[in-house]
Parts: sequence; C-alpha cells; structure tokens
Amino acid sequence: MLTPTYMDYSSTTPVDQRVAKKMAKYLTMEGDFGNAASRSHYYGWQAEKAVDEARSQVADLVGADPREIVWTSGATESNNLAIKGIAHFYEKRGKHIITLKTEHKAVLDTCRQLEREGFEVTYLDPLPNGLLDINVFKKTIREDTILASIMHVNNEIGVIQDLQAIGDICRENKVFFHVDAAQSVGKIEINLESLPVDLMSFSAHKIYGPKGMGALYVSRKPRVRLEAQMHGGGHERGMRSGTLATHQIVGIGEAFAIAKAEMKDEGIRVQKLRDRLLAGFSDMEEVVVNGDLEQRISGNLNISFNYVEGESLMMAISDVAVSSGSACTSSSLEPSYVLRALGLTDELAHSSIRFSVGRYTTEKDVDDAIKLVREKVQKLRDLSPLWDMFKDGIDLSTVEWAAH
Amino acid sequence: MAYGKKVLDHYENPRNVGVLDKDAPNVGTGMVGAPACGDVMRLQIQVNDAGVIEEAKFKTYGCGSAIASSSLLTEWVKGKTLDEAAQIKNTEIVEELELPPVKIHCSVLAEDAIKAAINDLKSKAS
Repeated sequence: MLTPTYMDYSSTTPVDQRVAKKMAKYLTMEGDFGNAASRSHYYGWQAEKAVDEARSQVADLVGADPREIVWTSGATESNNLAIKGIAHFYEKRGKHIITLKTEHKAVLDTCRQLEREGFEVTYLDPLPNGLLDINVFKKTIREDTILASIMHVNNEIGVIQDLQAIGDICRENKVFFHVDAAQSVGKIEINLESLPVDLMSFSAHKIYGPKGMGALYVSRKPRVRLEAQMHGGGHERGMRSGTLATHQIVGIGEAFAIAKAEMKDEGIRVQKLRDRLLAGFSDMEEVVVNGDLEQRISGNLNISFNYVEGESLMMAISDVAVSSGSACTSSSLEPSYVLRALGLTDELAHSSIRFSVGRYTTEKDVDDAIKLVREKVQKLRDLSPLWDMFKDGIDLSTVEWAAH
Repeated sequence: MAYGKKVLDHYENPRNVGVLDKDAPNVGTGMVGAPACGDVMRLQIQVNDAGVIEEAKFKTYGCGSAIASSSLLTEWVKGKTLDEAAQIKNTEIVEELELPPVKIHCSVLAEDAIKAAINDLKSKAS
C-alpha cells in the first residue's frame, strides 16, 4: 500500500532512527533495563547513569541546569503539574491566573478545573495575528495574580510569543510565568539562563522522540515550588513520583541532543519547504494565511481556502496527511477555537488546513501537495454554493442563514 | 475517521452537480444550512406538467458526508412526484450511505433541503 505523504509534523513526528536505536538498548535482559531508583546494584546504577545523561541533554538544549528538569509523561502532564502545582502551593498568596484563549486544551482545561476549585482565571483574547497584546496583559495583572501561562508557539497557527517581554512583566509583578513549549523546543532557540521563565513544558514526540515522554523545567533561581500531582515513591525530588521509564527518558535525551546539533540547519531547510508550499498557493483566489507569517515557526502553514470546507478538502487530498480547523474533524461540530479567537469568520475557520512539514519532507512532497490541493480546491469550489454566491458578488455576511 | 464506500463514491463522482434557473415557474430551490455550521446545501428540482420531478441539481459546501447526502438525494427524487419526494426520510439516507452518528446531521440537512425546494415550488404555484 502506498502511504500518504506526511505533512502533519505539528501533531506528532516519527521517532528518529538514531533515537529508536538508542531506546532499544534500555529494555531487554541484554540491555540496561534496571530501575534508576535501585541505588544498591549495577543495574540500577546503569539506568541512573542513562537518566542523568538524558537530563543533561534536555537541560543543554534549553540552557537549564539538569536539576531543573522533571520527567513527565508528556507536555499535557507538564502543563497540569506546572499550573495546578503552582496554584495549590501558592493559593494563600492569591487565586488569580492569566492565560490566553488560544492555549492548548491541556492548559485551558487545567485552568477550568482550577476555576471549579475556586480560582479565578482570565482568558485573554489574542490580537488578530495570534500574538498576545502585551499592554492588555500588563493591565490584567492584579494584586492576587499568582500565575500567567502563555504558550511559546501555538500548535495550530505556529505563531511565536515574545517570552522575554511577557516574562519581564511577570517578574516586575511577582507573577510566576509558565510556558508551554511543546511546539517550540528544538525548533527555535530557548535559553532559560536568560529568559525570565519559571516553568516550561516540553514534549518528546514533537521533535522526533517517543510519545508518552515529556519534561517540566522548574526554575531554581528564582526558586519555584510545586505541589505534586502524582504521589508515591518521591521520585523527581518529590514533584513527580513513579518509576522512571529509562528507555523513554533516553529517547527524549537523544532527540533533544540531535535537535541541539541540527536545529539551525534544519530550521532553514524546513522554512524553505514551507515557503515553497505557500508560494504554490499564493496566486489562488480567496486564500488566507491564518496567524502572523513573520513571528512564526518554520514548518507551519495554516491556510484557509475560502468557500471550501476543510474536512472535504482533507478527504479530497487524502494522499497528503494534514489537519483541519473544520468542525467536522472534531466531534463537537465547533470549528477551531484557536481560529475563532483570532476573529476569523466561520467560513474561514471551517475552511482551514494546517500543513506542517519537517525532518523527512522533500521538495517533491511539497510540489505534489501543491498540485493536488490546487486541483481539488477548484473541484470543490465548482461544487460549492458559497463560491457561486461569492462569484455573483453576494456578501455572505448579509445572507440570513437557516442555522441548524 | 474512515469513510464508507458509498460516501466515497458519491463524493468522488457526485451526481447531478449544477444549477437550474431559480426563477423558472417549474423549478423549486431549497437552500439550507449555514456557513457557521460548516455546511450549506442548495438543492433544486424541476417538475414536468404531470407534477413529476424530471431534473434535480445540487451544490453543497460541507464535509464529504454532506456532499454525498445531497448527491444521493438528487438521484432518489428524480421520477418521483412532489408528495413522494416529501416522504424521503433522513434515516433512509443514513442507512444507504452508512453514515456514522456524528454525520447524521448531514442527512437531516438533505431532508430539509428537499422539503425547502418543494415548499418553494408550491409557493410559486399558489
């Protein structure tokens, strides 16, 4: 079977062969399968050594101290631990949290949970380009604000927030600053030695590491304390109990080390591919790029082909694996909340496709995708009553629709 | 989500795509749905002097199941009287296309579209 071309690297990535090879050495009887917490024998020491090395590799990529890295099962857990951990530890200081409407569900739903526990959360609207309005953010901070959680790079539209500016404001106001960096780590430079960030979430599988593995950076200077969300043997300095998954940890370490070595060249190559893809659509009518194009991660292209519904376009281009902000791809029948928060019309939100290219994408993949998309968009527009109306000069916003 | 064979067939080879003259006295037009919901269907029928549907055309903005539902409906209504066409139930479309629960609204929309087209035609006659 001929498999579709993968252009959904923002969802997940394949594990790099070099990473998989290393991971395989930490599973079987012949390998280092030990429990890193076994302090009294060879097997434990071997596992501990591997875990320490990986911790350094992860810390190295982001300019952190290895002692500031806490292993988790992924960015979702990291976000939960950071936000709930801060809220529960510092609730006597205040119960107000600030976040952005375009955050990942792992942040938004965690905040919703805290609201149920009596915290107050402000969900800020982004600017139409997806970026945080720094002035609005500043004004939102109150006496009782304890935490701001703002993502580094948005998973849908790829826009990059200004962590320095946001972090400076947080420091001035003694507000803890958590950053979900699942989509940025290993793609753009992060230096936590100088960045005013207190907590940062990482994921392995977005940068060619294994799924089910992540980390949370917890700053030592200034010192940040968390209430654990997972209780047990007191692993990870009590912040996250559970036997360490050596093979997974080795995987994230190797993936981060490869990213550190190759990030610069890969970024340039991936951006060329993305720009080539965009250029292939630029002369088409009624095509809109969603989110800021300058402040944007190299591999992401979120684009709306107006008057064509996203899911039917995905179906038409099934030889290319992509994502859509269309309602039909979710079970909720609501289009992407991220695109809606940017103020996109419903049609445009429903018509969006997210292409994300990466390590194994070729120029030919891009060229084939352009050809296919152009052909199918034309076909679906010929089938679209909205396209007819647009061509007849009817303003769709003036039509009274019978919503169902 | 994987699509059923019949949905794919109608989606890839949609039947009766097109436009009829909406101002003609023997043409009824039904436009249902909303861009906000992600689907808009326009179904048109043309009847002969005996009151039988002799032509049906559609255009649909929506997911594959919405396109397939409207395509199937245009096939079904041809040769039927208005009363017969009005009897078509969305559940029959669901059954024929093997639509999953999350796509049932597509069939409801198709049923609404034929009803709207028939009403349009009747209001023209009166």
